[in-house]
Amino acid sequence: MRAAALLSVLAVATALAACEREARRFETTVPSPGASAPESPRVGALQPATPQQGGVKLSTVSQGPYEGNAFAVNQGKRLFRWYNCNGCHAMGGGSIGPALMDDQWKYGSSSSAIFASIMQGRPEGMPSFGGHITDDQAWQIVAYVRSMSGQLRKDVEPSRGDTLSGGEPEVARKPEKPRPADPPPQPPVGSR
Amino acid sequence: MFEPAGPQAHLILQLWHLIAWTCAGVFAAILLVLVAILLRTPRAPMPAAPDLSTTDKAEPGPRRSVATAVVASALLLLALVVASVFTDRAVARMSLVDAVNIELTGHQWWWSARYINGPVSDTFTTANEVHIPVGRPVIFTLKADDVIHSIWVPRLAGKKDLIPGRTASLQLRADEPGVYQGRCAEFCGLEHAFMGLQIVADPADRYEAWAAAQRRPASEPADAQALRGRELFLSQSCAMCHAVQGTTAGAQHGPDLTHVAGRRELAAGTLPNTRENLQAWIADPQKHKPGTNMPSTPLSQADLSALVTYLETLK
Repeated sequence: MRAAALLSVLAVATALAACEREARRFETTVPSPGASAPESPRVGALQPATPQQGGVKLSTVSQGPYEGNAFAVNQGKRLFRWYNCNGCHAMGGGSIGPALMDDQWKYGSSSSAIFASIMQGRPEGMPSFGGHITDDQAWQIVAYVRSMSGQLRKDVEPSRGDTLSGGEPEVARKPEKPRPADPPPQPPVGSR
Repeated sequence: MFEPAGPQAHLILQLWHLIAWTCAGVFAAILLVLVAILLRTPRAPMPAAPDLSTTDKAEPGPRRSVATAVVASALLLLALVVASVFTDRAVARMSLVDAVNIELTGHQWWWSARYINGPVSDTFTTANEVHIPVGRPVIFTLKADDVIHSIWVPRLAGKKDLIPGRTASLQLRADEPGVYQGRCAEFCGLEHAFMGLQIVADPADRYEAWAAAQRRPASEPADAQALRGRELFLSQSCAMCHAVQGTTAGAQHGPDLTHVAGRRELAAGTLPNTRENLQAWIADPQKHKPGTNMPSTPLSQADLSALVTYLETLK
């Protein structure tokens, strides 16, 4: 009897928790960093459209608000295509740019590290999007990028896409354990 | 729908009248017969026991009156089917000589229209406001970007669905100049109700002048305020989704803004296109159309004013 009561309480609690899974808020959740956020230099040389002068403001928070929100992760998936992230990273497998669905992270796998990579840009081709996309959208993209290698909760990761895609959906992939990237191969000593 | 402005809407209205009046006639006849039966049936006094004498007799076969009614109903329904088929054929057989070709794509929650007539260099793109010449047929090639939409301009033609990955087509003609309201007629998400389309039928010379103006790239800003606005447009988030021909902004995720100031409405019929509305829209789109894919861009009041000044020059 007691076990049944406990079980039903648990079931109700789980069901209520699921209500938040796709919560949509129709205002900008993340305020743009004010004067308090330190300005960081841009690292990538490229910028979309007309370049902005000066550095970029990074976030004062270490984690975005969207890593538990399935709707926002899917918005990130749409923006990944809209802002041409897939132009270099493909659908996560990488082509000109590094793969995002594997376990190697050249510039860190944490939310704030990915946010910084998007906003500052990185050497050898990653454009700097700071000032060109809103912080809110950047955090959505960060959440989606982390879902690619299974860093988010299973119930939050996208289970389908809006476009034709041959690969397995994010939710079906094996979670990877992030590690620093392998050093690039060095030419053998003594070679001409 | 009751004020058709084109041959197809006219045919559809005729069919509507035929079906509505036939059904109304049948309904009235049934009611009359029912009333006649009620009046003719003898009334038993209240305390009398129910008449059960017929319960163990076999049910009588169909009477002649019932058989006649069944046959008449079937014939009437068949006549309506035939009328419908002939209307459909007449709608589909509109002459398409000298037609204007427009590719219309449904997005959540707005429309883009690409005019694909003549040489490729004559192609141009606009959004949410589609001008067509009076008296010339128009072929809409219908596509969808994300989910299923449907186009319905009641005064010009019937509905047609826009389905992702497929191409449909809708032909229509407007015989009178005017502004015809269109709607998305298939639930397509949160802002389905704010997915309006205006079809503006212009006389031939005005249409040609409009199309020639649409083909021109955006004019160069004349004053410092507008120049500052363009710089903001290209260096902020606007250029990530919108296009202005003649600048480096070329993204196709939001409406093409090359001639946005010449349109009547903003955000697919959400707001009339005035300076105040444009400013309020850019400052917080979610307030006017919750769920729209346009984010609010943090801009100072001076910057916002400069940006709107620039957009107002895009006639």
